[in-house]
Amino acid sequence: MLSVRLLTYRMDNLKQSSDLETQELTGAEIFTRCLVEEGATTVFGYPGGAVLHIYDELHKQKEVDHILVRHEQGAAHAAEGFAKSTGKVGVVLVTSGPGATNAVTGIADAYMDSVPLVVFTGQVRTALIGNDAFQEVDTVGITRPCVKHNILVKKVEDLPLAIKRAFHIAGTGRPGPVVVDIPKDVTEQSMVFSYPQDPDMRSYQPTIEGHAGQIKRAAKLIAKAERPIIYSGGGVISSNAHEELIEFTRLTGFPITNTLMGLGAYPGTDPQFIQMLGMHGSYEANMAMHHSDVLIAVGARFDDRITGRLDGFCPYAKVIHIDVDPSSISKNFRAHVPVVGDARKVLRALTDELRDDKYTIPDISAWWGQIGEWAKKDSFAYQQDMDGEIKPQYVLDQLYKQTGGDAFVTSDVGQHQMWVAQLYKFTQPRRWINSGGLGTMGFGLPAAMGVQLAHPDAQVCCVTGEASIQMCIQELSTCRQYGLPIKIINLNNRYMGMVRQWQDFFYDSRYAMSYMDALPDFVKLAESYGHVGMKIEKPKDVEPALREILSLKDQLVFADFVTDPRENVFPMIAPGAAHNEMILS
Amino acid sequence: MRRILAVLLENEAGSLSRVANLFSARGINIESLAVTPTPDETLSRMTIVTFGDDRILEQITKQLHKLVDVVTVVDMTGQNHVEREMALIKLRLRDEGSVDDLQRVNKVYRGRIADVSALCYTSEVVGTSEEIDAYLAAMAEHEVVEVVRSGPLGIARGEQVLFIRQN
Repeated sequence: MLSVRLLTYRMDNLKQSSDLETQELTGAEIFTRCLVEEGATTVFGYPGGAVLHIYDELHKQKEVDHILVRHEQGAAHAAEGFAKSTGKVGVVLVTSGPGATNAVTGIADAYMDSVPLVVFTGQVRTALIGNDAFQEVDTVGITRPCVKHNILVKKVEDLPLAIKRAFHIAGTGRPGPVVVDIPKDVTEQSMVFSYPQDPDMRSYQPTIEGHAGQIKRAAKLIAKAERPIIYSGGGVISSNAHEELIEFTRLTGFPITNTLMGLGAYPGTDPQFIQMLGMHGSYEANMAMHHSDVLIAVGARFDDRITGRLDGFCPYAKVIHIDVDPSSISKNFRAHVPVVGDARKVLRALTDELRDDKYTIPDISAWWGQIGEWAKKDSFAYQQDMDGEIKPQYVLDQLYKQTGGDAFVTSDVGQHQMWVAQLYKFTQPRRWINSGGLGTMGFGLPAAMGVQLAHPDAQVCCVTGEASIQMCIQELSTCRQYGLPIKIINLNNRYMGMVRQWQDFFYDSRYAMSYMDALPDFVKLAESYGHVGMKIEKPKDVEPALREILSLKDQLVFADFVTDPRENVFPMIAPGAAHNEMILS
Repeated sequence: MRRILAVLLENEAGSLSRVANLFSARGINIESLAVTPTPDETLSRMTIVTFGDDRILEQITKQLHKLVDVVTVVDMTGQNHVEREMALIKLRLRDEGSVDDLQRVNKVYRGRIADVSALCYTSEVVGTSEEIDAYLAAMAEHEVVEVVRSGPLGIARGEQVLFIRQN
């Protein structure tokens, strides 16, 4: 009986699926079906001629939410904020020509910071490609140097596999953006749809497991270290390796520093954490790097803002470099023990290896004593005169205290970004969302939209400056449309602060074009979009104002803090200097 | 130092420009590049000649591997391999009596006359890049009107072959 019933059931099933298997879908329908298959149910985009079939399909269905931005750059940054704060692949949909070129800054940003994005760009009809058609641009050509991969889909039959591969490539190995360029006629052609289960790529197989022999070599080096330091970066966050990093760091008892992109991977409040390193890193972190004998780099790429002058970088260190991207290893600085693999897997294996009785964790109390001496410089310190001008650091200090270090914080690029990195002690990964590699002003607000949409109930703050915020200010409109209660902390010093700082240091204070003249009234501007605007001018008002700002749960607040225009970011390693040549104040 | 790389990559539109783009983006010159489909038409094979120290070559090899279209990269420089380049050379001989001269040089360098006209001879020469250089030097007393060279092709000696990495 049972078998008969099973058989009938199977027959019914087969019948149903065969109906599906013969039903033809258009490219536009297939597009939305593929997104659902990938679980990519939030899309940031902007419509236009080449993608109208797709938009019509999006309009007809309920499973995929589309967020309408006000400029395609905003779509890409919003998708980055979504991706960085969740670990999922961010999705962007824009039209051909200017839609695609406007998105390029965001794509390049995602490439530099290894953010998994799939960017769908409309393209003119296949028959028109190469004819300089209306809104035609060679998107695949333009984006080639700033994507992990890109694909031009020439016929509908290729669309499902292209999308499958795009998500696979974007989200695995070292993550990055993938552009899928879809001509308009592909979205109207139809075929019987089935979603491939396997991306089937012989040419793309990232190395995930670390080489056992290399892990042993690393463990031996660690066991002999006298002045070790762990230097971890954004790769730890990408691979969700923060727990493994904490376990490894606690087991060894070694000091740890994070890069700008790696903040939050290790709790910023932990005594083993010796703060951020690099150009505006702490004195103790940079001095410890300089004097270290064993450097354990995890998911970090020895960027020039980290290393300073390469021939003066870590002169005494044997370098263990763990990275999923082999081309990051020994690119800028020679690794003695390279370990190619996923940070999580390798840290797990290395921690297990070190637990073996044949290793003794070295006693580094003398080294900690030295680091303690350096830390006494208190290099991120600042003075707030309560009767003077508002120090930007004071605002961020208060923001940190009042949010309990628990908010999602996005930033734009410049002085304010460095001050957040120095003063906001992130204790969890994926809470600090900023543009590190490309250094894109205009990133903060749209990124905060992506974060807030992914975490509707969370406190999301966008720390910015009056220069950066104006680069994507139009997104205040998007925030209004979707009711995103982002808290914009605008540190308004009437200068492009970091440019002005470099002009102070290296150009005899000739402030070429760094003064922000003709600023808008940000309070009125915010109000005109339907948000709350506030202007805070006195130090004593900072604390109560922030309390009020953070308590307005359902409203976007644009808080314009008028800060000391002369404040500079210290410490600083001047370009071309080494870690032991810091300017402290 | 001169380097010769063999690359297998997906035979798809844009693959070649990805490789070319990679070299230019990293500020490294391509000396020569030869590319055609392999008997497996889904794959193309490239032979690239470039110059650089070990560090640059390590980086460029890794960057090539990183391209999603690239299946295999082998630096053949240090390996025992066969290298051949082809050249077509259009010559205007000094005088009619020089044909013997041309045939003598052709014999030495395994060249042959591919085309002849009232004014010009076109030679076809296959050899190593050095042999082609030497051929051109040997013909220096005649007027070399035009030269087209394929750039070297390379293949490992013995049983070694370029393989496709499988799952």
